[in-house]
Order: sequence, then C-alpha cells, then structure tokens
Amino acid sequence: MTGTALLFLVLGLGLIGWIAGRARAAAFVRSAKNGPRGTVNSLPYYHGWFVAICAIAPALVFMFIWQSISPSLVTNMVLSAPAAADLPQEGFARAAILSEARAIAQGFQTAAFQDESEKLVPLYASALSYYKWIGVAATLLLLFAGGAYAFTRIKPDFRARSKVERVVMFGLLVASLIAILTTLGIFASLIFESWRFFSMVSPFEFLFGTEWNPKSVVTPGADNGYGAIPLFWGTIFIGAVIAMIVAIPLGLMSAIFLTQYASATVRKWMKPILEILAGVPTVVYGYFAALTVAPAVRDFAVMLGVSNAASDNALAAGIVMGVMIIPLVSSMSDDSIAAVPSAMRDGSLAMGATKSETIKQVLLPAALPGVVGGVLLAVSRAIGETMIVVMAAGYTANLTANPFATITTVTVQIVALLTGDQDFGSPHTLAAFALGLALFVTTFFLNYVALRVVKKYREAYE
Amino acid sequence: MSNAIIDPTPTDWNGQIMQKRIARRYAAERRFKAMGFLAVALSTLFLAFLLFTMLGQGLRGFQRTEIAVDFDFPALTSGTTAAAISGPNADAALNSMDVPGIVELAVAQQYGDISEGLLTAGAAGNVRQMLIDNPALVTGKQQLWLPVDSRLDVAFKRAGEPAAEQTVSALAQKDALRTGFNWTFLTGADATDPSAVGIWAAFKGSLMTMAITLMLAFPIGVLAALYLEEYATKNKLTDMIEVSINNLAAVPSIIFGLLGLAVFLTLFGMPRSSALVGGLTLALMTMPVIVIAGRNAVKSVPPSIREAALGIGASPVQVVFHHVLPLALPGILTGTIIGMARALGETAPLLMIGMRAFIPAAPQGFTDATTALPVQIYLWSDEVNQGFVEKTSAAIIVLLIFLLGMNALAIYLRNRFETRW
Repeated sequence: MTGTALLFLVLGLGLIGWIAGRARAAAFVRSAKNGPRGTVNSLPYYHGWFVAICAIAPALVFMFIWQSISPSLVTNMVLSAPAAADLPQEGFARAAILSEARAIAQGFQTAAFQDESEKLVPLYASALSYYKWIGVAATLLLLFAGGAYAFTRIKPDFRARSKVERVVMFGLLVASLIAILTTLGIFASLIFESWRFFSMVSPFEFLFGTEWNPKSVVTPGADNGYGAIPLFWGTIFIGAVIAMIVAIPLGLMSAIFLTQYASATVRKWMKPILEILAGVPTVVYGYFAALTVAPAVRDFAVMLGVSNAASDNALAAGIVMGVMIIPLVSSMSDDSIAAVPSAMRDGSLAMGATKSETIKQVLLPAALPGVVGGVLLAVSRAIGETMIVVMAAGYTANLTANPFATITTVTVQIVALLTGDQDFGSPHTLAAFALGLALFVTTFFLNYVALRVVKKYREAYE
Repeated sequence: MSNAIIDPTPTDWNGQIMQKRIARRYAAERRFKAMGFLAVALSTLFLAFLLFTMLGQGLRGFQRTEIAVDFDFPALTSGTTAAAISGPNADAALNSMDVPGIVELAVAQQYGDISEGLLTAGAAGNVRQMLIDNPALVTGKQQLWLPVDSRLDVAFKRAGEPAAEQTVSALAQKDALRTGFNWTFLTGADATDPSAVGIWAAFKGSLMTMAITLMLAFPIGVLAALYLEEYATKNKLTDMIEVSINNLAAVPSIIFGLLGLAVFLTLFGMPRSSALVGGLTLALMTMPVIVIAGRNAVKSVPPSIREAALGIGASPVQVVFHHVLPLALPGILTGTIIGMARALGETAPLLMIGMRAFIPAAPQGFTDATTALPVQIYLWSDEVNQGFVEKTSAAIIVLLIFLLGMNALAIYLRNRFETRW
C-alpha cells in the first residue's frame, strides 16, 4: 500500500466518520421532545466535523512523523542483520551501497552496479515492508480510536460547534504562520550557506575584490577569484541605470498622459494594454532581447563606430528590462498623482497656469515621494530579475561602463554557479547562496525604504 | 508690508511681448502632451513589435514540411496482409516487419542519391502509426507524406544551408514537398532534432506543477487572509506576519529557487526537478500574492453584513465562513488567477531546483523528473540549431495564449461579480 493510497483511505474513513457523526446527531434532533431542536446544542453537521477531525487529525500527524523517522528505522534494522557486518566502514562507499540497495528494493532501480548492494536487497525489502505495515496498522488504529472516542462523545448537549470552531481558528493561525516560516526559511538557508561559504573564502575578498573568476577548489588566504564587485556593478548598471533610463521617462510620461490628458475611452483601453507588458513572462522578454534587440543594438554600435560591441551587450538587456518595468513605474506614479488633492491642481489652473505647468510645478513636486517610492520598488524588481539577463546579458564579469560590452549580474552568476552537477557543499554552490544573500538584503532594504517613503507621503495629505 | 513699487499700468495681454510669451507657453504645453503621447505609443509599439515577432516566427513552428514517398507495400513487405498487422499481435508483427528498414528502402528507391538524411528521425514511427490506424494500407501501393529532416525544413520555409537549399529546390521541382500541420509539436516531448520536438511533455509538467501550487497556495492564502483581516488582534505576532507577507511579495523569484534548493532538495531530500518540488517552491511565491488580494477582497465586504449576521446569533466563525467569504470570493479568485498566471510564466526558481535537464518524455507522476513550459522555452532558446528558433517562438505563443487567457478570465470575473456596496 503506497502513501497516497493510505492518505485516500484515511480521508475516506474520515468522510464515513463525518456521515456517522452527523446521522447520530440528526437522530437526537428528530427525537427531541421539547421544541423543534430540543436541547441539542449544535447543528448535526458540526458533530460530523467533530468526529471527522478527531479521526483524521491524529492519523495524519502520525503519518507525517512516521514518514520522517521510518527510513532511519529501516536502515538500523538492515545494519543489525549479520549480512551487513562485512560492509565497508568508510562512510561514502557505505552510503552509496545502502542507497542503491534501497532504490532497488523500492523498485526505483532495476539492476545493481555494486555486488554488495545485491545482497542487501532482500533485507531492505523485508525491512521496508515490515515498517510499512507497522505504519499502516498504527495509522488505522489511531484513526479508529479517535473516531470512536469522538463518536461516544456525541450527546444532545455536547458543544460540538465550539470544539470545531477552535480547530478552525487554530488552522487559520497556522496558515498565517506559514508566511513567517517562509521568511525564516529563506533567511536561515541563505545565512547558513553563506556562513559556510565565508568560512572558505574571506568576506573581504567577496565584498571588495574586483576579480570574478570563481575557482572550484579554494585555498584559504589566497585570491580565489570570488571578488563580487564586478557583479554588483553589472547589476546596478543594467538594473538601476540603463533600465531606469528607459522606464522612468516612459512610465512617468505614460502615467501623466493617461491621467491628465487622455480621454476616458483611451484610458480604458490603454491601461490594460500597458498592464499586459507586466504580464508577459520574463523568459519571453529574455528571448526577445537575445534574438531581436541585441543584434540590433550591436549593429547600431557598429554604425556608431564602436568596434568591440558584443552580441550579448548590456544595453539590450537593460532596454528590455526597462520596458518590463514601465507598468510598475506607471501605476505607482498614477497612484501618487491621483492622491494629490485636487484643490492644489484647481488652484494652479485657476491662476492661469497651463496644464503642463501645473503638472510640472504643482502635481509632480507634490507626488514626488510616491514617484520616488515607485522607482525604488522598480529598481528592486530590476536587480532581482533573472531570465532577461541570463538570456541577453553575458556570463563574463566586466568592470566597465561601456553599454555595448558584455556585463554580468548577480542573478546571472547565481544561475551559472548552480549549473552542472555540483556537489551541494562545493564553493560554487555556496557562493550562489552568498550572492543570494546580498541580493535579498539589498531588495529588502529597497522595499522597506520605498514603503516608508510612500507611507509617510500619504499621511501628509490625509 | 514692504514698500515695493507696484507698476500701476495693467498688463497688455494683446501686446506683442505677451502674445509671444503665451505662444511659447502653449507650444511647451503641446510638446509636453506630445511627449506623453509618445511614451504611451512607444510602450504599445514595443508590445506590438514583440508579439508580431513571436507570431511571425512562431507560426512556422506549427507547420512542418512533408515529402511524398511512394510505398510499394506488397513488394517491400513481401506480401504482408492487413489481417497480420491488426488485432492483438499487431505490435509483434510490425516489429518483425522492420518499418524503419522499409521506409529507408522506399526513400532510397525513389530519391536515389539525395535520399540520405531526407526524413526526420521520427518518420518511421509516423509510418508505423499510419499502418496501425489503417492496416489496409499495407495491401497496395501508397503515397505517404512524411516529415522531412529539420535542415530541409528550415531551407523550405526560409533560407537554410546551401546544400539543403539545393536539395529542396530539386525536390520542389518534382512537386514532392508540401506544408502540413505539425501535430508532433502539440503531442510530443523534447528531442535533439528540432523537427521531432513537441511541447506536450513540458505543458503537462507545467500543469502538474500548477496543480500542486494551487492546492497549497490557495487554501493557505485564503485562510491567512481571513485570519489577518477578521480575527488577528494587533500584537507583535500579527505585525511580524504582515511584514513577512509584504516582504515575501517583493522578494526576487530566484531567492525562492534558492530556498527550494536548500530546504526541499537538500534538507528534505525530495526528488530533483520534480513537479512536486516545483509546485512547493512556486506555492511559497504565489501565497503572498493571494493573501494580499484576499485581504483587499475581505476588506471590501461592508461591516453591516458582519453585524447583521452577528445580530441574529451567528458565531464569529459562522459570520466569516457563511457570509464574508462567499462575498469576497470573486475578488479572491481574481487575485488567485493573476498569481497563478505569474507562477505559470516563472522560470528562474525552477532552474534553481534542477529543472534544466533534457527530459524526452512526459512525467507520469508528481515525483518524476519533469520540465515546465517556460523552462522548455529557455532550454530551446539556448540551442544552436536553426530549427529551434521557430519552435521556441511557437512555444512562446502557446504560453502567451494561456497567460492572456487567464488574465482575461480574471478581468471577466472582476467585472462580472464585483459588487459595489
């Protein structure tokens, strides 16, 4: 019996419990003498839920725990058998034999590469089935015990509703805590792996070194090519400079045109079209940048007389990224311009200022904090963007301000470092986590500042 | 009051200087408006250019070039009857018939010295399928249209290598080539030969990943939204939850990929590159989006509804689950669809959890190694073979159709069910 089958069995039995509990409570209601519902405290289906929860919850918790502890129980049983005594003591070979024997016993693999594992297969098979049936039996036992206990509790005056509602409230709280758990998980995994990385490579080299050419074997104290300054520069140059030169004017002017000049019909049609730009997947932008924009940019550079223009140039990636960001800048600007009190606008217009003078000298200065907040959010989006730069920008670290040259970014290097069959503990893999930590901290800071700026400014007019 | 001297003469609005100045200001006004129009037009043009480029290249990906091959089946198969290759023993009979050998022979007889590398690798499989579908074919002379090799395919559709161009023009003179619909592209899996690739495997992988994402992110997101909006008291824990959710919504997607790699793959030892891990990772990414959309939807349900329900004796849980949630559901669903559309187009976190391998078959279960549609697009875009360009664009068209469809559905739901209180 597989785990999925057991899960469905448990859920099916829970449903039977629900029906039984509900039927029993419904019988109380029918036989009640005083009044239509008598003294029955809760509606019948609450009794049903009570029985179902009492039956399923302990069984599911047990299944989850069993899932995590049974593999080590199985291994212990196999190792205690006499046939396992002549296994190699050395850790890696031993683990390889054991995992192969387990894979064959579970049917994931058909033939053994090592002779020793062949002998262990029947042992594994018997141990696996032994513990699997213990698990199934215990799960069903818990389920029936819980269900039976709940069933006997059902009485006309039993407060099933408040019990069920307490479980519901607990479920709501657990669901909310998953957000915290995720944040903690991100933080813990990044910090932990980065710490392992920094025990191999000095943080000073990582943060202030200017040469990025990561070696797969590191020597402590020496220069290992993990200087991330070129990556940070590339990320800023593409995401915060080139992309913003495209996105800020286009986004801001689009927002101004659509809110101040365009007719209602134009606005109704153009706003969703701009939003489509935000909905196009980044892999599509990346493909477009690499296939169409980058060659065009290179031809343009050659026309200008730049001889060393690369086909994977920073400009193409930056421009396409800027286009992707336009809707974000535009909608944030839109919101903050709309939040400026209309009395200010009307006052300016009444004094004889033209529309553009009103916008430039009254609306924009008043909306500036919101616009700045929007731009900061946009920068945070741009520096965390991966696919466009992976496909259109290059892999070579280059500390240059030439937009036609190949420049790499933090996200590109994270992808590059995790490519191939790397051992999880290798410096390459761990360096990816250190870069991830740098990215996480930067975007967190940008988002925090942006939200503070926007919030403070909102309060000024409310 | 300062005793500044105020010029008592009224401004001469019709004077030359003033008129000039007004003309200048109006010109600036027109320039500014034109700039705004230009910004919107440029953004729209870029979108149009992108879509047209993809359509222009991608539509060819749904077509394939086919070549006419004459099969003299009675001679080639030494008189196999239709009955022999139908029924329960058809598979064994076809195997012993050596279909690839027959196809090779037929092509060699007809096209002589250019027959080498004329057909795509899967052509024999196509013939086999035709024989299974219609065993009567085997009793006579047949002309079958078979897909050609990708070099010739590229040369026939647009410019290809010189050698392939020569072969194609020679074949075209004999009227032996035609363009057909590429069913393999919709039903097949990844392959090394671009004329044999298909997106079904990647699409199925995407569907399975999305199923896991939806099953986890939707209930958790809705429950968290209800808790935060309806029950949570203002305390440290609630503040922490709020900060976490707002922060998670803005974390770069690649960071979720690193989390998936460190926690799901390394710590829990879940199968690499599987729909299960992909779905879990994307669920963590989508959940904050659903929570934020859900909170806004719950917030917009007026308090009078809650008070009325409480007034006639509903418990707080009943108020929320019987009254608030059904009224907020359209808004929550809209947010969910938008979040799912984003997850469907997401590539970077899936690359981090190992979804970058060559997978030549559709996944059979949630723990099988699989690929997803955007990942497949990325992998094909990296191929040097010219034939992959149109396949990549064609896969992009399929992905965009799904994303636009989902967004359109979200907009429709919003307009159809949105209640103004």
